[in-house]
Amino acid sequence: MLKKQKAFISTSVTVVLAAGVLVTGCGNTSAGGSQSNSSASNASGKASITIWDIQTGQSQQVVKNMSQAFNQSHSSIQSNVQFFENDPYKQKIQISMGAHNPPDIFVGWGGGVLKSYIDAGDVYDLTSALNSDSSWSNRFLPSVMKPVTFNGKVYGIPNDNVQPVMLFYNKQLFKQYNLTPPKTWDDLLNDVKVLKSHNITPISLGGKDQWPDLMYEEYLVDRVGGPTVFNNVVTGKANAWSDPAFMKANTMIQQLVNAGAFEQGFSSVSSNQGEDAALLYTGKAAMELMGSWGFATVLSDDKSFIEQGNLGFATFPTVSGGQGDPNDIVGNPSNYYSISNDSKNKSADVTFLKDAVLSSQNVKDWISIGDVPPVQGIESQLKQATYGDYLSFTYDMVKNAPNFQASWDQALPPSEAQELLTDLSKLFLNQMTPQQFSDDMNKYIKS
Amino acid sequence: MGTRMNWQRWLMVVPAVLFFVVFALFPMAIAVYYSGLQWNGIGAAKWVNLMNWQQVLHDGEALHALRLTGEVMVLSWVFQTPVSLMVGVFLAGRQKHRAVFGVFYFVPLLFSSVAIGVTWSYMLNPNFGLIDALLKSLHFGSGNQNWLGNTHIALLVVSMIIAWQFIPFHSLLYQGGAKQIPDSLYEAATIDGASVWSNFFSITLPQLKYTIITSSVLILTGSLTYFDLIYVLTGGGPGESSTVLAMDMYKQAFVNQNIGLGSVLAVILAVAGVLLSILTLRFTGFNRMESQLEGM
Repeated sequence: MLKKQKAFISTSVTVVLAAGVLVTGCGNTSAGGSQSNSSASNASGKASITIWDIQTGQSQQVVKNMSQAFNQSHSSIQSNVQFFENDPYKQKIQISMGAHNPPDIFVGWGGGVLKSYIDAGDVYDLTSALNSDSSWSNRFLPSVMKPVTFNGKVYGIPNDNVQPVMLFYNKQLFKQYNLTPPKTWDDLLNDVKVLKSHNITPISLGGKDQWPDLMYEEYLVDRVGGPTVFNNVVTGKANAWSDPAFMKANTMIQQLVNAGAFEQGFSSVSSNQGEDAALLYTGKAAMELMGSWGFATVLSDDKSFIEQGNLGFATFPTVSGGQGDPNDIVGNPSNYYSISNDSKNKSADVTFLKDAVLSSQNVKDWISIGDVPPVQGIESQLKQATYGDYLSFTYDMVKNAPNFQASWDQALPPSEAQELLTDLSKLFLNQMTPQQFSDDMNKYIKS
Repeated sequence: MGTRMNWQRWLMVVPAVLFFVVFALFPMAIAVYYSGLQWNGIGAAKWVNLMNWQQVLHDGEALHALRLTGEVMVLSWVFQTPVSLMVGVFLAGRQKHRAVFGVFYFVPLLFSSVAIGVTWSYMLNPNFGLIDALLKSLHFGSGNQNWLGNTHIALLVVSMIIAWQFIPFHSLLYQGGAKQIPDSLYEAATIDGASVWSNFFSITLPQLKYTIITSSVLILTGSLTYFDLIYVLTGGGPGESSTVLAMDMYKQAFVNQNIGLGSVLAVILAVAGVLLSILTLRFTGFNRMESQLEGM
């Protein structure tokens, strides 16, 4: 569901090809060849540590500032951040891990990919370091730590911003038709009915890109059955996709489709090109379920819509009788820094993670560019920032969430994730029944 | 002459053969090899014999993709051939203004496929699209037509856009072919009192036989590889209703990181292309290359 990732698919084709040539042609020797970063120290006796990151634009500047400030306050450690493009990075880190020539600190998304490195013994366990310093371990919002916690051990710390999925709505339209943002599923269906009767598209959906479909599935399954339902899929439990919660959620999705909730032709509307957001801020559609980056999309495409106070935001409705906590959220929890086991300067690495990453100055920098870092106790800072309402809302969502489910297409192996997206789009088109969906997806579970 | 000449002849062939081996045969052999691997493109590859082939042949998805490719092939031929033929013959005429028309007709071929795809997807957008607005203002239908998101017509619409892109190229072929027809044939027919239509059906069409075959082979084999436009327009969707073979190959190999399965599809595509060309040429007698101008 990472928006950036989809946009760079064409790049990734080239990269996979190139990586293929690299692996088959040259073996592992040339992978990350220029990196001799595990050298213990340089001439001046300073510990030199290398960090690989993928930030761009303003975010990249924030990370650069963080590294520079750290170097000035730590005379014995020299940190050096290198930036890569999102998709090339994924291959680069994988190859350098395999070649045992990784950077000291590397960025990641937690979940399955990190797990595969941990299983190979390539990632340093941060648990004891965190436990020995409560001011550090208590810095982060608990729900964000799940993707880097395995068997009670922590292998990474968050390093940028949270991106929960929320329900955006057009305040003007809601006011015009005396509606309130839906608190329950029945409210939502009712709002849909009222909006339909006034010829307003109730919900804007970028179905062409398929990943926006997934957000409905993620939320509904969690609301109906709680987090264990999808966990069973991840852990490969037989027939996990046949859980009644999937059946119920998928039936509800089709109920929404058949009620005419989505715009005509949603299956050819692209979210990557901002067409779904356009329906919202032009007043053609009243709601849109989108990750927190949806705010930035509207801000860049039609700033006046936000400045006039027309963009509302709410949490996903509750489902009566559901097992899940109504405060649970889905989306992209954060990016994370982890230390590689091959690093020769682990104590310097830990110092960097502790002193530099999401330090008070670093947090200020993130907020100044409109990002919400997953750090405890920054409520008043967020409130005072530009668009403070929105930043505070995002923060509270994450702070109050018992469970923050990372996007499923990131949590599953690629072929299963792809099949999930295709099957979901068929479900939204009524080309597939909930039963067929479960049966087909069960084939991908390997026990 | 003698052996020395032969040696020189062989030398002339070397660059062509070299290019063919490096850029055609070698990659094909690699694809055949990859089709036996279980490999994500990065990590260690495992040799699995014919497992990928079995999976592809037993899986309805590949057959579905194959069927869609066949549909695109037929639609492309049906859309492109008659129009190209008419435009080409028209442009082969002598009046001056036709050259100006020719420039306009040729324009679509100058755009990149991605630019065409993006432009058309904006024009066909069901909510903000130009085509919808146009139809609505002319009182055809109620608007909000879901051109590219309707499972029943998506492939048809895509085929029409493909035709829009390639008709100029085939028109050019026909224009060239029609210009080669000796004037004396038409002069003789005129003396015999033939009409414009019988001129077309009795002289132009038979004389264009080999041009039609060439153009058809290009359309049919080309249909196997349509990818870029489809990728931009529908991404293979909605559902899988425009996932043609080339699209499926890309998805398997690069999105699903299943290089082995993708390679199987690539091999199928290559074999189908070769077979198709051979069959068309055999079937039409093109390879005999007899002259159309005997006795003139």
